[in-house]
Amino acid sequence: MGRSAKYIVAFAAAVCLVCSILVSGAAVSLKPLQEINKTLDKQKKVLTVAGLMSHGEEILPEEVQRRFTESIEAVVIDLSTGMADEEADVGRFDQKKATGDPETSIVAPKNRAGVGRMPKQAMVYLVKKADAVEMFILPIEGKGLWSTLYGFIALGPDTNRIEGITFYQHGETPGLGGEVDNPSWKAKWPGRLAFGASKAPADWDKPRIRVIKGSAGSVSDAPHSVDGLAGATITSNGVTHLLHLWLGENGFGPYLKKQRPRGDGAAARTGGDA
Amino acid sequence: MSLKPREVMLDPLFNNNPIALQVLGICSALAVTTKLETAVVMSIAVVVVLALSNLSVSVIRDYIPPSIRIIVQLTIIASLVIVTDQVLKAYLFETSKQLSVFVGLIITNCIVMGRAEAFAMQNGPKLSILDGLGNGLGYGVVLLVVGFFRELLGSGKLFGMSVLPLQSEGGWYNPNGLMVLSPGAFFLIGFFIWALRTWKPEQVTAD
Repeated sequence: MGRSAKYIVAFAAAVCLVCSILVSGAAVSLKPLQEINKTLDKQKKVLTVAGLMSHGEEILPEEVQRRFTESIEAVVIDLSTGMADEEADVGRFDQKKATGDPETSIVAPKNRAGVGRMPKQAMVYLVKKADAVEMFILPIEGKGLWSTLYGFIALGPDTNRIEGITFYQHGETPGLGGEVDNPSWKAKWPGRLAFGASKAPADWDKPRIRVIKGSAGSVSDAPHSVDGLAGATITSNGVTHLLHLWLGENGFGPYLKKQRPRGDGAAARTGGDA
Repeated sequence: MSLKPREVMLDPLFNNNPIALQVLGICSALAVTTKLETAVVMSIAVVVVLALSNLSVSVIRDYIPPSIRIIVQLTIIASLVIVTDQVLKAYLFETSKQLSVFVGLIITNCIVMGRAEAFAMQNGPKLSILDGLGNGLGYGVVLLVVGFFRELLGSGKLFGMSVLPLQSEGGWYNPNGLMVLSPGAFFLIGFFIWALRTWKPEQVTAD
């Protein structure tokens, strides 16, 4: 049957109108729920790496919220100076967005972690107990074999002892590089040292932690090495490179330096800038 | 042409399975079947989209100008897929993260387009819904079978629960790495088609 051109245009317009109402209606009405999910998801990740929530634990959203507000404080810091930015809106700050926007990011210095741009500011989470910082939780990211790994590393109050690591988003081969999110591999990290072994923070400028090939042994035998992922050398090296970038002078180095306990034994005024 | 509702609904399960016989929708069948949970959610999403797209296309089939029918079908399908994706993000956040782009890619799943064009354009709304449900379930059956074996043999689990204790966790089972990679799904789909055609020899393609 022949249809006039007018009819065809009108029909197409009508279909588009109905469909667009459907799509935008769904997007707008479901947005609040999705936002809550996103925030919850992030809070869960932070809680997990802080050890305040066990892996795969099913807890109610209210409980997540309670544990989060009880012991965690988010701080936006300036990467180059290491100073906290008190005017930043912590609730709104979106590091991924900041990394993509030329206004709020810089071209990353040459690095082996495959990171192209770094944000000027980053969000750090402090785990606090009675006003003293127990842990610094830093966002980390870098290339593995197929994909960019996104995660967090938790450092103790001396900014040296690793308390935990987690990767919450990656597209590595399941069973090989994908084991970066395996709890038994992550359990090999706590207790190892990110920087120097000596008590003098003077040689703490360069991160020394590495993921090696094969088995690293116990924490006391090899404080700076972690077992490699079997069959996933490139992912393992990726983890080393990204840690060196983010813990180094172009990453959180300046911030961590400020948070370190002073040599004279004075209590760490950690988070004092915050 | 007189089609019986029962046949319209049940035929695509085994007699005219979209993946096994028509060999459509293979791409997503490889991608989302490493775990049963994602396979289940993906199947439900496809069933819903197929049924609704068949229904909508069928309702307006007499008004769609033939010259733009494909793009009209696509617009409807795309809208339904976006809505499904939004709903998953709101109510099944964890799973939707694992499905990532593959929910969005239902748009390009040939089964959906194929059924709209081949069935819904010629048949009434009731039959079209049944056809959509049947084809969605036919797709789902394959996804579930493949997902079952891939999760069981690839990671020793079912729905994330440990079934075969892994060697790396002190058990005895050495997982088959091939199963978690895409080629593993090809083998399984091959076996599925083989089994199906042994059971129903009339599906064997003459050579």
